[in-house]
Amino acid sequence: MTPLLSARGLTKLYPGGRGCREVSLELDAGEVLAVVGESGSGKSTLLSLLATELAADAGRIDYRLRDGTVRDLLVLGEAERRLLLRTDWGFIRQDATQGLRMAVSAGGNVGERLMAVGARHYGNIREAARDWLERVEIAPARMDDSPRGFSGGMRQRLQIARNLVTQPRLVLMDEPTSGLDVSVQARLLDLIRGLVAELGLAVVIVTHDLAVARLLSHRILVMKDGRVIESGLTDQVLDDPAAPYTQLLVSSVLAA
Amino acid sequence: MTAMSTRGFARLASGAAGTNFGYLDEQTKRMIRRAILKAVAIPGYQVPFASREMPMPYGWGTGGVQVTAAVLGPADVLKVIDQGSDDTTNAVSIRQFFARTSGIATTTSTAAASVIQTRHRIPEHRLKEGQVLVYQVPIPEPLRFLEPRETETRRMHALSEYGLMHVKLYEDIARHGHIATTYAYPVQVAGRYVMDPSPTPKFDNPKMDDCPALQLFGAGRERRIYAVPPYTRVRSLEFEDHPFTVQRFDRPCALCGAADTYLDEVVTDDRGGRIFVCSDTDHCEERRAAGHRGEAA
Ligand SMILES: Nc1ncnc2c1ncn2[C@@H]1O[C@H](COP(=O)(O)OP(=O)(O)OP(=O)(O)O)[C@@H](O)[C@H]1O
Ligand SMILES: [Mg+2]
Ligand SMILES: [Zn+2]
Repeated sequence: MTPLLSARGLTKLYPGGRGCREVSLELDAGEVLAVVGESGSGKSTLLSLLATELAADAGRIDYRLRDGTVRDLLVLGEAERRLLLRTDWGFIRQDATQGLRMAVSAGGNVGERLMAVGARHYGNIREAARDWLERVEIAPARMDDSPRGFSGGMRQRLQIARNLVTQPRLVLMDEPTSGLDVSVQARLLDLIRGLVAELGLAVVIVTHDLAVARLLSHRILVMKDGRVIESGLTDQVLDDPAAPYTQLLVSSVLAA
Repeated sequence: MTAMSTRGFARLASGAAGTNFGYLDEQTKRMIRRAILKAVAIPGYQVPFASREMPMPYGWGTGGVQVTAAVLGPADVLKVIDQGSDDTTNAVSIRQFFARTSGIATTTSTAAASVIQTRHRIPEHRLKEGQVLVYQVPIPEPLRFLEPRETETRRMHALSEYGLMHVKLYEDIARHGHIATTYAYPVQVAGRYVMDPSPTPKFDNPKMDDCPALQLFGAGRERRIYAVPPYTRVRSLEFEDHPFTVQRFDRPCALCGAADTYLDEVVTDDRGGRIFVCSDTDHCEERRAAGHRGEAA
């Protein structure tokens, strides 16, 4: 079976030469891939490239559509690509204010994708929004509230509901739990792990936290200076790192 | 399209006006007419134009004034309304401005006018072929409420990504139990572009649909012109279970007895007495002249 997502030679260099160099990766349906590496190693750049929010200097991104055909996202028409991104893909951002519409109620945030694909029955949209809010443990009584009044953990859960309502197959996550209290982090990770397993989601999750990578991912990519320096099964890479840099990363976590 | 209804366009193509007729110089008018022609060719699409400084503040509808100046010819008869009334300061000033700069005839009668510039209302009297209705528009972008980035709203228009308009209506219902937007209620034009009808009451939205007159919209500060050609489908957005409805008034006009017009509340004395009367003053007067009477008349 062809992979769900296959990136080849993805390159994006910012003025100054930093960014992301010739990154290739593959992802199967239902597989969770963690991207780790120190600050500035190019993790977020890679995610933005995959989301086609950033134009690549070079490379291609092949994605297997629901009908089985494989398309290069970088040559797909804009309308088709944007539709795909907001139906079959999700993107959970570290900064929830970038991933939510802060001027719109929680229910409206969840309903937006449905309306974007043509849902025009208010009652049904509301029902779906309520259902998804419950699944991410946000009380239905809060559905008409603005996310401005939500805690950090709630905002992240709202982002998740907003993205999953169209039942995407692939979700990109950029540091979804960082900046949250430890207990809030644990609860959120639990929720993500449950939903990923239940829905069979494929995930690319960027994190600097190796514990998060270990808990959620099947495979791992280690980045340094914009390049992938090591990849493999998460447990193998973390238990028995080959690259000296990865050894350093792992040991600094152990030391912490 | 009938021969009559092309009249509105003929004025655009021929450059009917004389030199500096209607304040603007001929070159500027040609530029504006080109924008108008493009707007007519792509109904509901916001065409950028090089808006000029006009000798009045933006709040007075400089976009509408420039569009009117560009389409007026010597044979035209101009009517200007503000909130339905011909005699507010704004309406009188604009009418006098054109009378002074072009010497054209003016009127308060909807039926007698060939060009009507308006702020906030569409006349009650059904418009006819050959007439041009020019709207003064403060904010042309209907998506701005939820998406402030112009690069993004432009892309949304280009790709017909209009889900966000329904998010706005969704928020209305969630908050108020019904669609509480009563002004600037968004419409879809010819099944394609979503357009802000300017701050007219949604009561007037149905009049935009299949209208025999040419409708032109000018936004001065925002430098945009858009149009609805005659007999174009204009649909107000709605949900299946919350359909578009117009305001209803629970009493007829106190002066002319009309039960099908948009009413304004008018205070009649300093003891809080108030009556509801047609906001379209010309329409109300015509009806009274024809013998119709309301309870306060
Ligand atoms: N727009 C930009 N212009 C110039 N340089 C940039 C730009 N965006 C990022 N960079 C640089 O590119 C490198 C990679 O940035 P990126 O955000 O991908 O790193 P990261 O691995 O996500 O880091 P962090 O863990 O801090 O989020 C960094 O050195 C960053 O300073
Ligand atoms: Mg980052
Ligand atoms: Zn009346």
